[in-house]
Amino acid sequence: MLSIKNLHANVDGKEILKGINLEIKTGEVHAIMGPNGSGKSTLANVLTGNKNYEVTNGNVLFEEKDLFDMDPETRAREGMFLAFQYPIEIPGISNATFLKTALNEIRKYNKLPELTPTEFLDRIKDKAKVLGLDDTLISRAVNVGFSGGEKKRNEIFQMLILEPKFVLLDETDSGLDIDALRIVSNGVNIYRNPNNAFLVVTHYQRLLNYIQPDFVHVLYKGKIIKSGGKELALELEEKGYDWIKTEEFETENAWPESE
Amino acid sequence: MEHKNVNEWYVAKFKSFEDKLNGQSKSFLHEIRKNALNSLAELSFPTNRNEEWKCTNVAPILKHNFIPAMISTVPKFQQDEIKPFLFKDFDYHLMVFVNGLFAEELSEIGNLPKGVVVDGLNRIIKNNPDSISKYINNLSKIDNAFNALNTAYSYDGLVVIVPDGTILEKPIQVLYLNSSKDDLVLSLPRNLIIAGKNSQVSVITNYRGYGDKTYFSNIITEIYIGENAIVNFYKIQNENDGSYHIEKVQAIQKKNSVFNHYNINFGGAIVRNDINTLHDDQNIETHYYGLYLAHGKQHVDNHTFIDHAKPNCMSNELYKGILDDNSRGVFNGKIIVRRDAQKTNAYQQNKTILLSKTATIDTKPQLEIFADDVKCSHGATVGHLDDTSEFYIRSRGVPQELAKSMLIRAFANDVIDTVKIEPLKEQINHMIFEHLHRVEIENEQ
Repeated sequence: MLSIKNLHANVDGKEILKGINLEIKTGEVHAIMGPNGSGKSTLANVLTGNKNYEVTNGNVLFEEKDLFDMDPETRAREGMFLAFQYPIEIPGISNATFLKTALNEIRKYNKLPELTPTEFLDRIKDKAKVLGLDDTLISRAVNVGFSGGEKKRNEIFQMLILEPKFVLLDETDSGLDIDALRIVSNGVNIYRNPNNAFLVVTHYQRLLNYIQPDFVHVLYKGKIIKSGGKELALELEEKGYDWIKTEEFETENAWPESE
Repeated sequence: MEHKNVNEWYVAKFKSFEDKLNGQSKSFLHEIRKNALNSLAELSFPTNRNEEWKCTNVAPILKHNFIPAMISTVPKFQQDEIKPFLFKDFDYHLMVFVNGLFAEELSEIGNLPKGVVVDGLNRIIKNNPDSISKYINNLSKIDNAFNALNTAYSYDGLVVIVPDGTILEKPIQVLYLNSSKDDLVLSLPRNLIIAGKNSQVSVITNYRGYGDKTYFSNIITEIYIGENAIVNFYKIQNENDGSYHIEKVQAIQKKNSVFNHYNINFGGAIVRNDINTLHDDQNIETHYYGLYLAHGKQHVDNHTFIDHAKPNCMSNELYKGILDDNSRGVFNGKIIVRRDAQKTNAYQQNKTILLSKTATIDTKPQLEIFADDVKCSHGATVGHLDDTSEFYIRSRGVPQELAKSMLIRAFANDVIDTVKIEPLKEQINHMIFEHLHRVEIENEQ
């Protein structure tokens, strides 16, 4: 579904991603872990097309199509979804208008008819129930006056409404108490199926107790320095990142880059 | 010298105007006209040296020799032709003016409660001049040559009289359609609204242009709001891009009254609105809501004034501007709290979004407070569309242009949301959408 090859990216002229390679197949859940500043959020932003992040090398194929040929809206219409680390407040636009516009744009792109108001409303109610969201949320402005937890829940709510093929969760667990974490994870697990795929970006292992990954990768200084199964996350939790860093050092010595 | 010539032009045209009056030259209004003509001969049109007109250059208006509508040919319209200009999906009493002159055949006033008058000024002057003689040109005083010009040629316009204790359930929709084939026409509506004690009325004034000939709307609207009365006054201005539009609104409010003024501007090359309200007693409420969208080289100037002359009154003002291309906005919000006006609450906000690097806004709050026990606040912000919000919307599949337009409409929303007539609110929203869409199309060309 998603194939990342030798991805390099800059923020404000500083190289943050230094050659990422990652293959994500349909039906898989991958987790990327790493300490602060390792490039986790940069990766998420590059994949969704935030123009503040500059790709300097490498390529990404999303369902065999060149991702960097697509603007952010096309990526979304092709089925990519980013659950933001810091969801944006938009005063004056209701969740209903926001989601209806987005959903209809995606459907139009995929040559599907627009949903009728009843169909749309049914979908809203249905998905709100899954996340324990109040129906009245739909008439409120997007994320305005929402607590941190509500904002994260709203991201997952949007995911359930828009039904993307590929979901990027960017630090979705940060700032969530245990109940909210359970609800959010439950939303993800309900949606998870053999036809979609997830990339979970997180600093902490605890989210992975609820959303069990098939693969765990460790990102450090802009590179994936270790990959493994879900047990790798536990190991990281236990030992911290330091042991990896040492190992990475050895790795670099073993295969020096020609720069 | 140019200004002097302009005055002479309009003074010289007065004779042919007078000839058209058919015996009406004996009415009290004619005395007012003649006095105004004297003022017109003496007053200069404002220049940038005048503090009130510092940011608005009217020279492009004065370059033209406009012909007052009365002595020009008035185009004929069919009912179907005016339909697209009307706000619809709600009940209203319809008044139509073509180039400022009452078009009875196009109007549908319908049934009115007993004693309510909804008519053209010229017919009132013929049939019942006493009903308005106390008010017209008494609420508003001539304070510049544009006012003098309107008053000297005052002939027709909207007159609404709502007697004490009467509630007009349906709003009055007033279409001012301006159009000309040959002349550069000068449209001079002279509007008067008198709301008696305990009365309620809503008026929607709807200024539109037809065709692309340059014209000039120079309007005076006088509003008297009696004790305990509620007046909702909407202005939606969508004149032709090449036309000029100047309106002075002067309201006087009596005890316990409420005045809601909505001022929404889309069209016009140079637009100037003066919205003035005098609080003539206690416990008065005034709300000013304004929204303007400008693109190309449009110039939109809103000067608002609330004269807090008496204690225990409140005013609240929210003006928002959306400026693109090389357009320029001007906002001057004057509030005077006089020495007697203790316990005044006055709030004012002006927010502007600049969509291009070359659009400009001059915003100036002007608070003059002479009482000591008052609550007054004002704020002005100028910004650009938020990139982060735009990215967030796009990341959900919404194309960039639509994302921008959603954000702009969101910005306008807290003004539009105050519109009390739901279908009108929707149609104004639609106009905003169309206007933004047109801006995009023009950019692409």
